[in-house]
Amino acid sequence: MLCQRCKKQAATVHLTEILQNEKRERHLCEECAREEGVAVKAQINLQDILSGMLEAHQVTEKDATLTCPDCKITYAEFRQQGRLGCPHDYEVFAEPLKTVLEKVHGATEHAGKVPRRAGADVKAQRQLLQLRRELQQAIEGERYEEAARLRDLIQSKETAGETG
Amino acid sequence: MKLDKLITSPSPWLQPGGPQSDLVLSTRVRLARNVAGRPFLARLRPEEQQDLEASLKNAVLKALGPKHITWFELADMAEIDKRCLVEQHLISRELAAGEGPRGVGIDAAQQVAIMANEEDHLRLQVILPGLQLEEAWRKADEIDDQLEAHMTYTFSPKLGYLTACPTNVGTAMRASVMLHLPCLVLTRQIEKVFRAVARMRLTVRGLYGEGTQATGDIYQISNQASLGRSESDILQTLGAVIPQITTYEKQARELLATESQTTLDDRIFRAWGLLTHARTISSEETLTLLSAVRLGIHLGRLKNVDMAAVNELFLLTRPGHIQKIRGAELTESERDVARADYIRKRFAAQ
Repeated sequence: MLCQRCKKQAATVHLTEILQNEKRERHLCEECAREEGVAVKAQINLQDILSGMLEAHQVTEKDATLTCPDCKITYAEFRQQGRLGCPHDYEVFAEPLKTVLEKVHGATEHAGKVPRRAGADVKAQRQLLQLRRELQQAIEGERYEEAARLRDLIQSKETAGETG
Repeated sequence: MKLDKLITSPSPWLQPGGPQSDLVLSTRVRLARNVAGRPFLARLRPEEQQDLEASLKNAVLKALGPKHITWFELADMAEIDKRCLVEQHLISRELAAGEGPRGVGIDAAQQVAIMANEEDHLRLQVILPGLQLEEAWRKADEIDDQLEAHMTYTFSPKLGYLTACPTNVGTAMRASVMLHLPCLVLTRQIEKVFRAVARMRLTVRGLYGEGTQATGDIYQISNQASLGRSESDILQTLGAVIPQITTYEKQARELLATESQTTLDDRIFRAWGLLTHARTISSEETLTLLSAVRLGIHLGRLKNVDMAAVNELFLLTRPGHIQKIRGAELTESERDVARADYIRKRFAAQ
């Protein structure tokens, strides 16, 4: 959830205000909460820990401008919001994320459950992402024939994934 | 299952009788999953979010059967109902405050809740009374398999289940145990517990995850790391820490009961007196007093007080629930009066 005031940072301060018997809920980031004069009590939450870790970890200019070709998020934006845009970001930001993962988890490789349908192969997943983006563009450009073709293609790929 | 009934009936995870339920209120296991071939929530367009919610709802109902699970849309749900579901730990604050099409599937036993379009596409939780880490994981794992038969998850062999926030990547599992630790708080040893727990990559939060200022001496301990270790490894670490904490709490209880019995009794009986006689009471004071009464029952000092009623009141006296019970929107001071009234009647009726 993003801060309702700056709409950039993650909201970590949740307020319930009562003004003349009218209740209003507000969700702010710490910075905006401070600017509005709300006392922020020390809180421990994962988001803060992550932001703290991200801040402590110096990011080079090269890393900050890394951009995902699929969802267009930059590494700098991710650092600000604490949320990634799409699964492909894990590959695009692999280098700087490695340090983050080490700090949060003390590890960089998965050792747990594997989905039965490992048809979740990475290439096919990314292709689907790209097809969906093209579909969106076709709809926005009012190219409906192309959109219908893309929609069918996405459906057939998804069904293939399900049975495969 | 009707939403009103779900909200006003006692939460099964708060029922006494679970393993070690004197100190452990409940156990929860949560898994985060994202559907392959789609961006994470922050980058979904409104129509994509709509489409995703519909397909997730469909998959959940197909996988678990519409007889076993009821789907609730959040977009058109009343604020008070959302608030109550958060208080019941059936949805997250993030889902309640989110925007656009999103929903939750809840089973009749209120053990399973599956949120769609929260921070991740899918958040599956199993919540059980008492200490039941293995059981909660087994059930979550089983439902995860059932759901997977109807969709493909985003998964990388190297990083595991991919999540919108890298703090959850890997197993994407968060297991947490809710503990009642009044005597560690009274003897000021709780900070020591926090420090010990932090060294094991575990986290401590309050009843509603609002930080270390836990309300009603209730603390949730959960794993911080989700990558690099298997689910059973993570559960083992957590499972090994809990008995140590509960042993310290028991020792603190014995110490207080022998060395400062009068002070402890005074605390317990004052709490009981206030709860059964107050005419206006805040939700924070209620939690503090309920904690003392709960302790009094376990130490055998308070006889003939129903533990189920005490556990229930931890939830039913929250601001959302007290308004739901009254069937009206109330100001804070009206709530305090309604709360005191409800507590008196609940204990008089037991």
